[in-house]
Amino acid sequence: MSILTEGEARQLCERVIAAGTADEMLVRVESGLDGNTRFAVNQLTTAGEVEDTEVTVTARFGRRAASVRFNALERTGIAAAVRKAEQLAGLAPEDQEQMPLLGEQLYQTVPAFFDSTRDLDSTSRAIVVKTAADAAESAGLVGTGFLPRVARITAVANSNGLFAYQRSTLASFTTTVRTRGGDGSGWAGTTHNDWVRMTPPAELAERAGRKALQSVQAVTVQPAPYTVVLEPTAVGNLIRLLANGLGARAADEGRSAFSRPGGGNRMGDRILDERLTLYSDPQDPDLLERPFTDEGEPVGRTVWFENGVLKNLAYSRYWAERQQAQSVPLGGGLKLEGGSGTALDLVAGVESGILVTRFWYIRGVDPRTMVYTGLTRDGTYLIENGQVTRAVKNLRFNQSIVEMLDKIDAIGEAERVVASESGGLGGAVVVPPIVVRDFNFTSNSDAV
Amino acid sequence: MVALDAASTAGASYADARVMRVRDQRIGTREEQVSDLRDDETIGIAVRALVGGAWGFVASRTLNRAEAVRLARAAVEQARGNAAAVRVPVQLAPVDPYPNGEWSTPIRIDPFAVSLEEKVDLLLAANAAALGVPGARFVTSSMAFVRLQTTMASTDGSVIQQTLYRTWPTLTVTAVAPDYSDFQSRTSAEVAPMGLGYEHVQAARLRERAPEWAEEAVQKLSATPVEPGDYDLILDPSHLFLTIHESIGHPTELDRALGFEANYAGTSFLAPPEQVLGSFQYGPEIMNVIADRTQRGALATVGWDDEGVPADSWPIVRDGVFVDYQTTREQVHWISAHTGVNHSHGCSFAQSWDRVQFQRMPNISLLPGEDDYVIDDLIAATERGILIKGRGSYSIDQQRFNFQFGGQVFYEIRNGVVGGMLKDVAYQGRTPEFWNSLDMLGGTRSYELGGTFYDGKGQPAQSNPVSHGCPAARFGNVSVINTTSRG
Repeated sequence: MSILTEGEARQLCERVIAAGTADEMLVRVESGLDGNTRFAVNQLTTAGEVEDTEVTVTARFGRRAASVRFNALERTGIAAAVRKAEQLAGLAPEDQEQMPLLGEQLYQTVPAFFDSTRDLDSTSRAIVVKTAADAAESAGLVGTGFLPRVARITAVANSNGLFAYQRSTLASFTTTVRTRGGDGSGWAGTTHNDWVRMTPPAELAERAGRKALQSVQAVTVQPAPYTVVLEPTAVGNLIRLLANGLGARAADEGRSAFSRPGGGNRMGDRILDERLTLYSDPQDPDLLERPFTDEGEPVGRTVWFENGVLKNLAYSRYWAERQQAQSVPLGGGLKLEGGSGTALDLVAGVESGILVTRFWYIRGVDPRTMVYTGLTRDGTYLIENGQVTRAVKNLRFNQSIVEMLDKIDAIGEAERVVASESGGLGGAVVVPPIVVRDFNFTSNSDAV
Repeated sequence: MVALDAASTAGASYADARVMRVRDQRIGTREEQVSDLRDDETIGIAVRALVGGAWGFVASRTLNRAEAVRLARAAVEQARGNAAAVRVPVQLAPVDPYPNGEWSTPIRIDPFAVSLEEKVDLLLAANAAALGVPGARFVTSSMAFVRLQTTMASTDGSVIQQTLYRTWPTLTVTAVAPDYSDFQSRTSAEVAPMGLGYEHVQAARLRERAPEWAEEAVQKLSATPVEPGDYDLILDPSHLFLTIHESIGHPTELDRALGFEANYAGTSFLAPPEQVLGSFQYGPEIMNVIADRTQRGALATVGWDDEGVPADSWPIVRDGVFVDYQTTREQVHWISAHTGVNHSHGCSFAQSWDRVQFQRMPNISLLPGEDDYVIDDLIAATERGILIKGRGSYSIDQQRFNFQFGGQVFYEIRNGVVGGMLKDVAYQGRTPEFWNSLDMLGGTRSYELGGTFYDGKGQPAQSNPVSHGCPAARFGNVSVINTTSRG
């Protein structure tokens, strides 16, 4: 299967719109190749290669709307799906928050499609996986990992003449390497739109293996607030959660960490450390995200925090109109600007602390303050006098991520990370390693 | 059958094919608005082939004979390529053929046959009932219905048609303090998702119960912050089901125990199998846990799993001792020498046609105690404790030792009586010690099913619907923290 060209995607959208009789029609097409290969216990376990094209059609009669997603794209399939959407919309009550469809828009150009990633077929992936598994085997370790890649397009069109099209590729490689006795575990991973720009898997396998060997004979440290050096992946695990709190409506309605006591939101307040600037920008060469929303609204650069000050919250078109503000969509990835130096460079400046590779099972505990709990995993080490001296047992934290970002001692160089715990292909997250004071560990874990 | 023939001809020692149609309807509301109304349906075919002990898996949305042949050949070719990276070839446990298998979730009312107006009216009426409570500011409610229609065929001679249904009505109400200094939410945690039809929505009585949930959201604003310390915990089934899921369901997955999920979902403290099977003391003698894919109304209940193994029911913990894992066909020989079990327990499942099937959790349930206690008996027997209802924030480490679980509502218990409402409660513990602190168990009258649509595992991550039955239970001296403090 080839990737739908802009012309083919436009034609498909037009066919769907033409099949409708509703007042207005919105169509989204998502199509492409989705492949993955897994390995565990030093051998390939499963792989998959999937071809799909799914269309979501929304029919609107005035303020009544309903959507149907389908993938039976022959003429009768399209007609049936459009008819179902129209029937449902006809029965739906009016939604007073429904906004008119957008007209034609201009979008940024984002070169996010790379042949190197598209060509990463199951044969190529098996070779990569074998290299990583063999490296673990020859080191006397146990390697496990995951290599997914997608090559896809998204197109959005509506009956007002809007049309948007974006094609992109994305891959990641993650590996967890354990000692044969199960007393050590290390992780490494990377992701990018361009396979060629990713750290070679063999290098990652070696890094994870080294971490595994360094994590044996872990000692127990007393749970308490510690200075921590968070590697970029650990920072990414937490920063992506910050996006959950960036909605203007929840803040204005008094149910967000960025609500202002007494009413309104905290835009304009300095909330984070003055050295921190967080933004989204689909065109940023490190992010390369889709430059439009599911409704075709353009997504550009948005600075959420500038030098620690909350500059923007995300406004839906409805909430923007109601609050007489500009609409600001969420999207375009997340980039926390960095300084210079690696996590190990930052360790050199820490007299006493803990180095964290990544976090696991992070869940919200208190939405009022964005306190989350979770655990360290796959490489947690003691820092003494600027050196990593030995492994420590994993720890559970209960920590406000907003508060954490105002207790920064040092910031390293930003890099793109696999921010999702699942190792899947999520939105782009680019973050530096950071040193945080008083990171609140609350209990010990025996898990390795 | 075209696909299977093509796979065999191309050299597969085994192959299966699934044609699957997935329908997913969701109605979401907020206050007086319908905010989300969709009815999705996708269809596709997947072919899985075994060649030289390695798997290949290919899927496509295109349904015709030529595509079926192309997929089968591609799956075989992929498996051949994968075989170079396989050290220990896959071995499948035998299974009887079921050439005319048919099964459907026993539902009384087809949710897709109920009118949209009826569903919307019910949700908006429930919202209005919640907002009628002074102090309740926001409310969302929803209904989700899923239908999976699958035809699965294998080169073992099975042709199995199944239709599975799932239904989940929900409501969440939020109260905000007048000075915007606090907000608290209460969800309809006692209404579990079920493998039932629209009759489950009717039985849930969202409109009638919405005021109670709204009142509790408002009460939470002025509830007493919990004093950290050790307490006896009485866990309602609406809460305990998820504790069972995390601390028994996941550790007893055999692929985890042997390291196959180490890169994401994690491993298990229940390893190696030969050192824990038949000897690990999970809890006291009153603790009996079964795995089951036959229970009516439960989400993981099926006729056959996704590799043609009939639904099974088997003990996981007997009289407090761990006795067996969850298995698929290729996992049986990994532990059969230790369990004496030579057949798969039928735990293979794929969320959709575009994902490969692998080991997923069946319904894992704690059996009621022999004394026919109800939750009031547990409360009456407790001097100083906390009653927890509903699921809250859940987190557990990657080997399932250290956990921290919250809930929806919490009440102080003093001298056998339920007192005032508490807030900011979570309990932390270590799985083996926690289950061995189980000292009182409700009977059949207190048994309920809880569940989730979204048990996540695998790479790429797949969702597995699963239920857990349990009675109310009491655990002695569990460490409770205040989630707003630094302890």
